[in-house]
Amino acid sequence: MSTVLSEPKLPAGVKLPIYMDNHATTPLDPRVLEAMLPFFTNKFGNAASRNHSFGWEAEKAVDLAREQIAKLIGATAKEIIFTSGATESNNLAIKGIGEMYRERGNHIITQVTEHKAVLDTCKRMEKLGYRVTYLPVNADGLIEMEDLKRAIDDKTILVTIMFANNEIGVIQPVAEIGKLCHEKGILFHTDAVQAVGKIPVDVNAMNIDVLSLSGHKIYGPKGVGALYVRRRNPRVQIASQLDGGGHERGMRSGTLNVPGIVGLGAACEIARLEMDEEATKLKAMRDRLKEKLESNLDFIHVNGSMEHHLPGNLNMSFIHVEGESLLMGINDIAVSSGSACTSATLEPSYVLKALGLGDDVAHSSIRFGLGRFNTQAEVDYVADKVIDVVQKLRELSPLYEMAKEGIDLTKVQWQAH
Amino acid sequence: MAYSDKVIEHYNNPRNVGQMDKNSTEVGTGLVGAPECGDVMRLQIKVNPETRVIEDAKFKTFGCGSAIASSSLATEWVKGKTVDEALEIKNTDIVKELALPPVKIHCSVLAEDAIRAAIGDWKKKNVVEGQAVSTPVAVAAN
Repeated sequence: MSTVLSEPKLPAGVKLPIYMDNHATTPLDPRVLEAMLPFFTNKFGNAASRNHSFGWEAEKAVDLAREQIAKLIGATAKEIIFTSGATESNNLAIKGIGEMYRERGNHIITQVTEHKAVLDTCKRMEKLGYRVTYLPVNADGLIEMEDLKRAIDDKTILVTIMFANNEIGVIQPVAEIGKLCHEKGILFHTDAVQAVGKIPVDVNAMNIDVLSLSGHKIYGPKGVGALYVRRRNPRVQIASQLDGGGHERGMRSGTLNVPGIVGLGAACEIARLEMDEEATKLKAMRDRLKEKLESNLDFIHVNGSMEHHLPGNLNMSFIHVEGESLLMGINDIAVSSGSACTSATLEPSYVLKALGLGDDVAHSSIRFGLGRFNTQAEVDYVADKVIDVVQKLRELSPLYEMAKEGIDLTKVQWQAH
Repeated sequence: MAYSDKVIEHYNNPRNVGQMDKNSTEVGTGLVGAPECGDVMRLQIKVNPETRVIEDAKFKTFGCGSAIASSSLATEWVKGKTVDEALEIKNTDIVKELALPPVKIHCSVLAEDAIRAAIGDWKKKNVVEGQAVSTPVAVAAN
């Protein structure tokens, strides 16, 4: 008596495992792959080769990609600098501006829920003698404009605030920040990795001077990204951080990754044409997931403002259930958790903690990242499975039992180890 | 993170889940860990006053899969042992049995603490003549 004759039947449209972690990375859109393929084989030229057709062909493809990217964010092609990804873009923006504008001032303003590529770069800047202000966020995950206004002084050269957060999907008041920075004559950089291609981004309307974006978050390839650098009103200058052949207007040397760049361009083109429709679909699926979970489970907490929110993101804490044990129960679904147990550091998510949530709530959080290729049938499957596993784990949870009995868990004297 | 088959098996089929009357003099309760650390274990034992044999054990755990498996295993191991035998269970035995990776060793430590705390609670309720309560007592604060 061992083998099970029939596996439990899956609903139509559901194939396991289900990928719902699209803030970490996205699958390559097949249309993007198709655009890229020739540039791995017969169109292999170096875009910097000026004297033969192989080079011209590559350069033409790169120029088209520049146009496609620029169009998505309201920029011009000449303002796009290619990089290896958003980590490099963020490093180049902050270090390059810091170095170039050092005589004007040494003060940088950022905020606490930025990606590590920004926070750790800022820490490096502090070691180099810059002053950095880390603005707090409110319980919704948003910065307060008043805090920003107060932080600005006559030495401030750069404000770097992300467009949308990778964990909680909260969208910062970018247009307001841009307006204030322009009034004060301070440069504004935004890490827009999670926003570009998902929600409207317009560098002119929003007064953005420098913007980081990445290919693999928008159904493009990994290993390629870009930095938008404003050319007029004001003309932004960036000190290069890689020395070499002077590519990309001298800001970023290195032979261009032509297949990757072609893919990034194609991904931006698709995003520009399909973004509105896709956002509507994702938001409907996200709301359906949220409603199903909320109507079937008690003690749950939605993390971050739902008003200022990416359409495909849902970050929810299932109180009294530890995140990693929940992931283990839904191991045919790829999502991520803010639990410490999922990281090597044993520290729960600094983003959730910045919202003022207790460690226990952070430990119980799950990030759902819906994307282009998710279906409603998958959403329903995920909701049912999460409900089932949360209920099962709560049967096991002494905290849930105590909370149900009306015991105030904050008053219990715990034996921390 | 890859889990060992034994951790997965305990996670899928946890043994001895539940609650016993914490006010009963035959029952010892250990509640260890803290919610903000991501693990809380409650382990209860029911001890025969004559033989000092642990006749039943129950647990509930808030924590990762390894924490659940460690406490599930702990209830299996203490059952049928005398309280003194149960005090011999070491966290390293749990690590070995469940093939826990280094980052999960604290789960086994917590399980050992839970056993000791439960026995300590029982001993406190049943101060045996001439025998001081020597085990570290983590009090079930609820």
